Amino acid sequence: MERIVEIIREKGASTALIIGFFVFWELFCLMGNISDILLPRPTQIIAALIKFWPAIWPHTYQTLYTTLVGFSIGVAIGLALGVLIGSSKLAYDTAYPLLVGFSSIPKVAVVPIFVLWYGAGTVPAILTAMIICIFPIVVNVATGIATVEPELEDVMKTLKASKLDILWNVSLPRSMPYFFAALKVAITLAFVGSVVAETVASNRGIGNMMMIASSSFNVPLVFAGLFVLAGLGVALYVLFSLIEYRVTGWAHRKTDLAAS
Amino acid sequence: MSAQGRETRAGTAVSPGATFIEFENASITYGRGARAVEALAPTTLRIAEGDFVALVGPSGCGKSTILKMVGELLKPSTGHVFVSGREIGAKPIRIGMAYQNPTLLPWLNIRDNVMLPLKIVPPFRQEFRSKRKGEFRDRVDAMLTQVGLAGFGEKYPFQLSGGMMQRANLCRALIHEPDLLLLDEPFGALDQFTREELWAIMQDLWLSKKLTVLLVTHDLREAAYLANRICVMSSRPGRILDDQIVELSRPRNIDMTFQPDFVALNQRLRALIVGARGGTGIVNHAPGTA
Repeated sequence: MERIVEIIREKGASTALIIGFFVFWELFCLMGNISDILLPRPTQIIAALIKFWPAIWPHTYQTLYTTLVGFSIGVAIGLALGVLIGSSKLAYDTAYPLLVGFSSIPKVAVVPIFVLWYGAGTVPAILTAMIICIFPIVVNVATGIATVEPELEDVMKTLKASKLDILWNVSLPRSMPYFFAALKVAITLAFVGSVVAETVASNRGIGNMMMIASSSFNVPLVFAGLFVLAGLGVALYVLFSLIEYRVTGWAHRKTDLAAS
Repeated sequence: MSAQGRETRAGTAVSPGATFIEFENASITYGRGARAVEALAPTTLRIAEGDFVALVGPSGCGKSTILKMVGELLKPSTGHVFVSGREIGAKPIRIGMAYQNPTLLPWLNIRDNVMLPLKIVPPFRQEFRSKRKGEFRDRVDAMLTQVGLAGFGEKYPFQLSGGMMQRANLCRALIHEPDLLLLDEPFGALDQFTREELWAIMQDLWLSKKLTVLLVTHDLREAAYLANRICVMSSRPGRILDDQIVELSRPRNIDMTFQPDFVALNQRLRALIVGARGGTGIVNHAPGTA
């Protein structure tokens, strides 16, 4: 009970801000007599969300699916590349410039290429989500691995530990806080990737739904799509934060770690 | 055999065995050509099995370089380094190492931290899965008790003080029963009292385990308290200036560090190092010394 009170106190301000934001929005539209073609009120958006939910759900599922698949592949590739680049100076020096080059390409620009290769639909969305999350993960994991204390490496080497021993027992666990920080960035980016791809070339997904809704001036539905995206993004962010808290609590000196 | 290779007449506790570590004109040069820096001049040094040798000297004199060569972290540019009668790398001997920075893994509790070498070093490695919850766990707990950390096995490193972390670090360096212990200023970051406490623990560990210890330190009292033999080094290039036998009986205690012979030894070492640094040679004489 005390803990609940504490959480309420901790989260009170941010909750009030969120509620306040929507109340302000609602009142602003009402007072200013703003047409729902320009900016629908939150209540109208929620009404649209409920009304069109059977139609929205398949698109939500599609977007979630492409995002998660792309994200998973991207994380796997990013982790592998990060380990490789972080554990070898040669690999770091060789691959980093190319990686920076790739990462500075706006990912939206590669969607037409994916469409050219695979046709419009699910695959370009997955690939865009994937490619957009690789770079932050590579950079973070490589940093975590490359910054192992030299003294610790010496200790491991005098134990005749192999590179794999060092990687498994020291470097990888050590890079986990960096990895999770990157995951939280990557999951939100993955949504951007798949929605952009859906907007450009797909007949399914939230991005596509918003395109169609806006062309038929169903603005509340466009905003409902935004709400769905925000909801999914926040949910996944929270999910990864919770996993991070469990896995890398040591990095935040979590005091209940010893007890758990 | 060589000028530095004097026979060690250890005090009472240890009778010197066969040569365990041997440097044969071993040198280290960093860089090439005109920019080459000789970190360690060709050095010949013999250390007996079971001996406790301290390396002292000004910063950058190659103390840690010698330590790293013995630990096979650096290969000599010229000459040879033999450990246990063989050239480095020929036959694996077990080595434990502890630095000033405890480098405990923050995601493991103290017990698992200390257990780390057992996960890596054969023959423990092969038995690790079956014994980690039984024999190895008991062994770690016994070791923790020996250094005064009984009951701290479940704690995480950040919950411990610097002195406690350093105790755990010592345990980690010794848990796999090494033949050779390499210490690079292990007590350098601790306060005076904790340091003296750890000297006593270190001495007990050495007396009970009969292993060879090579200690790099800035602290002359520490060298004289712990070591059987002190090698004084000078810099540019690093070389061994002087090789002193410490003729104090074991076990030593803090009271002995205030005795005239101990203080005199300290002052001798200090004068050598001040000379090696190219300083003024002024040694502050504490009152009441010989």
